[in-house]
Amino acid sequence: MSAIASDSVADSRVRSLVTPEGVDLRVRLATASERAGALLIDLALLVATLIGFTFLVIAAFSAARVNGGGEAIAIIWLLGAFLLRNFYFTAFECSARGATPGKRLMGIRVAARNGGALSADRIIARNAIRELELYLPIGFLFAGAQDVGAIVVLCGIVWCAIFMFFPLFNRDRLRLGDVVAGTWVLKTPKRTLLPDMAHHSENPSFRFTEAQLDKYGVKELHVLEAVLRDYDSESMRLVAERIRAKIDWRRPAREEDPAFLRAYYAALRRRLEQKLLFGVRKRDKHDNV
Amino acid sequence: MDQSLRSLRFRLEREATWERLEQLLHQAERRSAQALSDEDMLAIPALYRATLSSLSVARATSLDQALVDYLEALSARAYFFVYGARTTLAERVLDFFVRSWPRAVQAMWRETLAAALVTGAGLAAAYFLVRSDPSYFFSFVPESLAGGRDPTATTEALRATLYAANDSRTPLGVFAAFLFTHNAQISLFAFALGIAFCLPSVLLIAYNGCTLGAMLAVFDARGLAFPFAGWILVHGVTELFAIMLAGAAGIRIGWAVAFPGTYSRLQAAERSGREGGVAMLGVVIMLFVAGILEGFARQLVLQDGVRLAIAAASALVWFSYFYFPRRWSA
Repeated sequence: MSAIASDSVADSRVRSLVTPEGVDLRVRLATASERAGALLIDLALLVATLIGFTFLVIAAFSAARVNGGGEAIAIIWLLGAFLLRNFYFTAFECSARGATPGKRLMGIRVAARNGGALSADRIIARNAIRELELYLPIGFLFAGAQDVGAIVVLCGIVWCAIFMFFPLFNRDRLRLGDVVAGTWVLKTPKRTLLPDMAHHSENPSFRFTEAQLDKYGVKELHVLEAVLRDYDSESMRLVAERIRAKIDWRRPAREEDPAFLRAYYAALRRRLEQKLLFGVRKRDKHDNV
Repeated sequence: MDQSLRSLRFRLEREATWERLEQLLHQAERRSAQALSDEDMLAIPALYRATLSSLSVARATSLDQALVDYLEALSARAYFFVYGARTTLAERVLDFFVRSWPRAVQAMWRETLAAALVTGAGLAAAYFLVRSDPSYFFSFVPESLAGGRDPTATTEALRATLYAANDSRTPLGVFAAFLFTHNAQISLFAFALGIAFCLPSVLLIAYNGCTLGAMLAVFDARGLAFPFAGWILVHGVTELFAIMLAGAAGIRIGWAVAFPGTYSRLQAAERSGREGGVAMLGVVIMLFVAGILEGFARQLVLQDGVRLAIAAASALVWFSYFYFPRRWSA
């Protein structure tokens, strides 16, 4: 049942993206938590790189002090820190993957909302807004009380919070940068081609009648597929018992649950796919077509 | 074999195509598109279309959920690769300088004018306030920024700041780099602030004008207005222009969100935001130039006339680059 429930939740995040060839790719939006996770990874990388870079520059500085090369090194640090802060996200998102290392780890990417190419101007615009959404709040958190009053800092934090939590208050989980750049963040799951559960599953020793195969629809078939892929003996036993009861299957001695389930899956799929060819899709067990 | 499921046979027939596409995409994403041979590069679009048609067939005829999920993910991945920007870096850079940057700046001439007026208003207000009562000076310029250039300083000390050849404590290059990063950060901020309905951007550029006006008042009171103009405009033409453009880009976004016209608010924000992105990249470049002018030219060139000539030349260069009328080829 949980598989079905999670399906319906995921469906609210499916957006249609029609390719020029006219096929709807049905992309999925990244969740807020995935994006927050990606951001944290990126920030950690950013800070780690900056610290490493600083140590490197200090080491080079102390080595070069004798030759008076310190000036060049100071320039390198200033420019390097600036580039890192402002163009870390931009540079990675300009690559073919459209994702920073953090996004890549979380399996998400940036894409243009209109389905077109993700051009550089969009990426620059979406990351320039980070100044407001990310660096300004961080600045407020570290604001010293001697500069401005506590009330001012508090107001600032509340004001920033509007921008920071903006993605939670719209349907497409757009942050302000996405709004301005016309982008959104999508899931790019890496899926491997799993074996077909119907392969070598049909077994002549199991014969199901049409009535027995009409008990279930596509939804149940997919649940059964998930159960077979999990290959958990306890859940397979439970599912096999349920199906046997539902289709009045008299269990011969020494019948294995997995073999029974696989055979029933293959037979059910054959039956439902045949119907599909005639334009009939039996959605679930309550669908009487 | 004929007895097996139709959808299973379909899969076995096409599997090789999908796997080849997956492997090519993996290569292309892992390294870069250049790592692929021409043959492989040309194969990707064809494989992509074959996979896309497999997806359509699978959706209509196969009830293997894992297969449909796999094809959806693979098609999307290939789609982003095939329809992603396929220009080389050199082409992009050329296009930026020849076309998109000046075009973005031209498109927001109204906002730029508004930003210039706001800067001018800030400048005039601060100038007259400080002239009438010098104690206003520190309301506009924080002491750390003034660096001794305040109403209490002597005329001689003020004059000396204008012609200080080189502050030996900070080398020129470091100074230039610091100025550049500092100013670029501020202008990116001015742009980002625009989304809150223009106001913060306007305040920021008005404040920028105020600082300038307060300084001008201090120098003018001692009859040093002309040398001060030379001192500030060497890099100031480029820097002020860049900051105005950043503010203008911010204003444009805020304006588009507040008054979207015939577009939806989202569309309006997107249009102005993308142009703004281009303009901002340009602003960073301009500030880099300004940093170099400020760090080097100002400290090395000490004659007022030459300083003003550099200022005039830079103004001419920027204006003709941005606003010289031209026909945009598509």
